[in-house]
Amino acid sequence: MKIKNSFLRGLKSGVPIGLGYLSVSFSFGIMAVSMGFHWWQAVIISMVTVTSAGQLAGIGIMVNPGQYIEMLISQLTVNVRYSFMAISLSQKTDSKFKGIYRWLLGFFITDEIFAVASNEESVSRSFFTGLSLIPWLGWTMGTLTGALLGNILPDELMSALCIAIYGMFVAIIAPKAKKSLSLLIVVVIALAMSCIFYYAPVLKEISSGISISVCAILAALIGAIFFPVKEDADNG
Amino acid sequence: MDNGQFLIYLLIMSGSTYLIRAIPFAAMRKKIQNTFIKSFLYYIPYTVLAAMTFPAALYATGSMASATVGLLVAVVFAILEKDLTIVAIAACVSVYLSELLFSFTGII
Repeated sequence: MKIKNSFLRGLKSGVPIGLGYLSVSFSFGIMAVSMGFHWWQAVIISMVTVTSAGQLAGIGIMVNPGQYIEMLISQLTVNVRYSFMAISLSQKTDSKFKGIYRWLLGFFITDEIFAVASNEESVSRSFFTGLSLIPWLGWTMGTLTGALLGNILPDELMSALCIAIYGMFVAIIAPKAKKSLSLLIVVVIALAMSCIFYYAPVLKEISSGISISVCAILAALIGAIFFPVKEDADNG
Repeated sequence: MDNGQFLIYLLIMSGSTYLIRAIPFAAMRKKIQNTFIKSFLYYIPYTVLAAMTFPAALYATGSMASATVGLLVAVVFAILEKDLTIVAIAACVSVYLSELLFSFTGII
């Protein structure tokens, strides 16, 4: 009963992520097909990779023949943030979430799934499985529909769905930042750096995957230096 | 695109993305005691989300105005500590309504 409940709770928490992924992967599908990929190639890429910035960089390289080293380097730089998330998440998993389960479920560590899982006191296998399912389906189905059908949904609807994922991010950050001044300061630093990377000349040419990693790591380092977290405060 | 080449690219892309997630996840078996590292890991999820949300969210919808409305609604609902799904849906509905309103009144 307990396992079923936490699985269902995970499924429910995955809904906004899935909605957000639907719209993001929809545009990935359209883009891949417009670059000359078959619809099934776009879908397979999404099913086995599940990373927006990495896939976007990836298909850009794939259209040229034989750039295997470039592919490897781009994927490692764009996705290095997942390693930090994996380590962070490893500190929150419950005692049964180990061994083969880490190898299997580690596949689903994306920014959003990680963020929602981090919001838990303790992450169980069933919760994490439930949480991963709908986003993965959304990511796959969005790519499929985008690749096959292009722009069929009315613009207003697509537009509204696109904000879902950000609404969820705000819902994770705001309640915690309300209670902790140091977290609020660290978040504001990350926001400010992200704006600099977005608008400043030269810096804005850097891919979003890399700039997000840089901003997140620098802001968290500043936090760790100036506002070390005391014992028992690590659950936020 | 040639299927053989596609397969090699696919393996490199998905393999490296998978391993960069799974290796650190499976390798970290102990609880970290070091305060500096603990603090860093405590802040990481929030800084990742903050950097991803802003300013990218402003460009996620049909107009910056509707995105701003959506974000503000999300902030208000979030500060009131509503459920994640509720906050996300409230943001979507407010974007949808504000775009209808803006196009109806001709503001944008």
